Amino acid sequence: MNPDDLRYTETHEWVRIEKTPSGKLATVGITAFATELLTDLVHIDLPAVGAAVKAGQPFGEVESVKSVSDLNSPVEGEVVEVNDAITDQLETVSDDPFGEGWLIKVKLADDSALQKLMDRAAYEAQCREQEE
Amino acid sequence: MDEQQLKLLRTPLYEWHATHGARMVDFAGWSMPVQYASIIDEHVATRNAVGMTDISHMGRLRFEGPGAAVFLAELLTRRVGDMREGQIRYSLVTNEQGGIMDDVLVGYYHNANGQPFYVVVVNASNRRKIVEWVHAHLPPERAERPGHEIVFTDVTRLWAMFAIQGPRSVELLQPLVDVELPWMRYYRGAQARILHPAAQRQGGIISRTGYTGEDGFELSVGATIAADVWNAIVELGRPLGLVPAGLGARDTLRLEAGMPLYSHELGETIDPFQAGLGFACHLTGYDFPGRDALRKIQQQPPARVRVGLEMSGRRVARQGARILAGTDTVGEITSGTFSPTLKKPIAMAYLRREYAEPGTVVSVDVRGRMEPARLVPLPFYRRNHKGA
Repeated sequence: MNPDDLRYTETHEWVRIEKTPSGKLATVGITAFATELLTDLVHIDLPAVGAAVKAGQPFGEVESVKSVSDLNSPVEGEVVEVNDAITDQLETVSDDPFGEGWLIKVKLADDSALQKLMDRAAYEAQCREQEE
Repeated sequence: MDEQQLKLLRTPLYEWHATHGARMVDFAGWSMPVQYASIIDEHVATRNAVGMTDISHMGRLRFEGPGAAVFLAELLTRRVGDMREGQIRYSLVTNEQGGIMDDVLVGYYHNANGQPFYVVVVNASNRRKIVEWVHAHLPPERAERPGHEIVFTDVTRLWAMFAIQGPRSVELLQPLVDVELPWMRYYRGAQARILHPAAQRQGGIISRTGYTGEDGFELSVGATIAADVWNAIVELGRPLGLVPAGLGARDTLRLEAGMPLYSHELGETIDPFQAGLGFACHLTGYDFPGRDALRKIQQQPPARVRVGLEMSGRRVARQGARILAGTDTVGEITSGTFSPTLKKPIAMAYLRREYAEPGTVVSVDVRGRMEPARLVPLPFYRRNHKGA
């Protein structure tokens, strides 16, 4: 159920890279496994358009009834779009984490961090380990 | 991880939880369900219909014999000698300095031979400590004093206990017990026959008590029949909207009800008066540990008091977050969550008394960012009493 064309972080974020005329664009979200772990999402804090994000560094936080977790950026660059539609509609993140529930779009400054991300098989192996 | 989990205690319902999708966590050395599907759904079902939670991890200490009443009066902050059969009372155990070692419920019953006994329900996290405290105050010469014998037993593992809470709990449980539940008053209990083959003719104790702010009951049955009785209630409850609720919902429910939790609002450096539990201290009767210290503490108004806060924003202030007025630290959050009923973050805190007036606005340092919060009276939620 995790899409093949994405790359994944150890902290359960995903990233999709597209080539555009103005450079590489990264769409970032959290995985279905993450929403399953969190359940009962009550709040998401996202950066503003124009903010700089760094690979491996928090760009926001997601809060559930029980706990709060950092959202870590898989990539380095500038936030060019934020999915404002989800902040009042958090079910979208749980219902469609890889589609309508995306969080931010980042114009890539440097794509070297992509090498460190996991493909689907490696990510799913990590999730299986965490479940045990 | 595996080795540690092997050592966790299991309630008689462990298999049921594990096979019904529960997320199990280590809670005070017990493997307990924190949630089945959704904390919010379990919370809402308890407020609107009925929820059932396995609370068999709670410590149950039994005291009987002719010396039991005086012994407990000299251990607990509140008198017990005036209790009538079937009465239950909230009380505290304090140390010599008046700090809170535990908060407990004391129930007073008679056994089949007409002999009185007390059941003291203690927090799972404090069971060992309180058992040691009891032993320290109950040397053999005291327990065996002729005419004043005291028999103390930790019966936690022998009895399961379920909290069945919510507006439909009377309707759900009435067919199951031979006690007239609509007439049972709050903070009363009774030994009951359980009218279901699953109970194998064993009895139990049912009380109108709880930790949710709803009407509801706590039911104790023998460990050997616990799973069958639980299943019978699940079946009976299906048409009423019964859901199993984990400790996650138990926490959000008690927080909305403004009820303190040990290790959050209560601890050995906190005294009953700052916790708002002065009503549970009877300082003119028997001499219990901490009584003289509490008499002194009572002379002065507490410097810090337990309060309720509503956050203006959406970020939740959790235990340990600092409360500021200007640049001064004036308090600390002890519990915080998102309130499913109010649909906003709420918290309890200890705050300097001069800031504790409802309506006052303070700042809370939520992971490095200041969030405004408003003082509100406790509880955050009060159920509608029928006819009120």
